[in-house]
Amino acid sequence: MSKILFSSITKKFVMALAGLFLLTFLPVHLFINLMLLKSESEPFNTAAHFMATFPLIKIMEIVLFGAIIIHISWGIFLQIQNWFARPVGYVSRNKSEVSFFSKFMIWTGAIILTFLIIHWFNFYFVKIGLVKGNPEDFYGMAHSLFKIPVYNIIYLTCFALLGFHLFHAFYSAFQTLGLNHRIWSPVIKIVALVYAILIPAGFAIIPITLWFFR
Amino acid sequence: MKLTLKIWRQKNAGTKGSFKTYQMDDVSPKMAFLEMLDALNKKLVEEGSDPVAFDHDCREGICGSCGMYINGHPHGPVPAITTCHLSMRYFKDGETVWIEPWRAKPFPVIKDLIVDRSAFDKIQIAGGFISVNTGAAPEANSILVQKRNSDEAFDSAICVGCGACVAACKNASAMLFVSAKISQFALLPQGRIEAKQRVRAMVDKMDELGFGNCSNTGACEAECPKEIKLTNIARLNREFYKAF
Ligand code: SF4
Ligand code: FES
Repeated sequence: MSKILFSSITKKFVMALAGLFLLTFLPVHLFINLMLLKSESEPFNTAAHFMATFPLIKIMEIVLFGAIIIHISWGIFLQIQNWFARPVGYVSRNKSEVSFFSKFMIWTGAIILTFLIIHWFNFYFVKIGLVKGNPEDFYGMAHSLFKIPVYNIIYLTCFALLGFHLFHAFYSAFQTLGLNHRIWSPVIKIVALVYAILIPAGFAIIPITLWFFR
Repeated sequence: MKLTLKIWRQKNAGTKGSFKTYQMDDVSPKMAFLEMLDALNKKLVEEGSDPVAFDHDCREGICGSCGMYINGHPHGPVPAITTCHLSMRYFKDGETVWIEPWRAKPFPVIKDLIVDRSAFDKIQIAGGFISVNTGAAPEANSILVQKRNSDEAFDSAICVGCGACVAACKNASAMLFVSAKISQFALLPQGRIEAKQRVRAMVDKMDELGFGNCSNTGACEAECPKEIKLTNIARLNREFYKAF
């Protein structure tokens, strides 16, 4: 049994499930973030307050952190195993026709993680009291961050890379779960593409609007 | 045509190898790739040097032994064929051709372009069979098989165990090979009986031997000379979950 639990396929199964859970979280976060576009701070701060205090959400937060930790640690672990599986590389670059973004998952993932850490420092750690700031005014904090051009550039770059990551992730998770179908898999690929464009674009609209149009 | 060959030369598993350059001045586009290597070897033997060791047997695409990594592609740049089916007409006059052995920890180099693929045999021995009593052949139609399943099982069974999937995969994963071997049994009633033990044993062995983890990149499918599909890997995953 322990062998089955630590098999390559089980690890990937867990990775996929955690990843799919994270995919459901992003639209929720985006929905709240879009309130940053409103000129008054009230709706966003209320939503942020609700997310920080509502008991069910607090439970989901634990699940969310669990999913993040599992997804990242398994991802790194699997990648290291994969590097070990080819100790001597090829001289001629591989030219096989492949799903392009899948080649860089560890790197797009690493950049997203870096962004996540910055994000936690800016907001989450303020909420739990580790970093100074006013947890009741995330609206004001977000708006002042979006006034910094360097921050905006980092933000937009990271979300573009998130899109690359999501595109492969979405389709790949289904394949890992064993769901590959003559008709449905191409549909899943299209949905993945739409999701991978819409979600990062949604997040990107916020700094772009605040930066250029306010 | 004239070609410059850059070939990996390595005396044995214990020594370090390196690329050697060979000039070929009279390659005919009608030659097979392996014939071109034969011509090179003839020249090398006449010069008194060590010929390039490469694996081959049937030279008709069914034994799976002739794998080599040519210009960034396992079995060369033409899809759906083995190296022995590769013709020189796909190369241009003056081209430089890089020829490397499969690279994967479980496939150590034995000499030059020959790697030890017995890791695949070990996976097969772990579960790639059905247990039946030998004796008189049973009546063929006593166990009925749906046409679609028998066709799919056949499509999986044509995997020749060449290892190109491992060679192409950025993770050196053997999932396509194992999934083909699992599928050829999983789709048939005779194979269902031991399906659980089989998938556990073969996946265990695959992991133990140090193959990488599949990341659904699809290089295996693109390079497989027998066009084994990624749907097999999804089936392998399903079979594995069913075995819990
Ligand atoms: S799946 Fe294809 S590439 Fe892999 S061993 Fe079988 S025939 Fe070769
Ligand atoms: S020599 Fe047998 S498949 Fe190429």
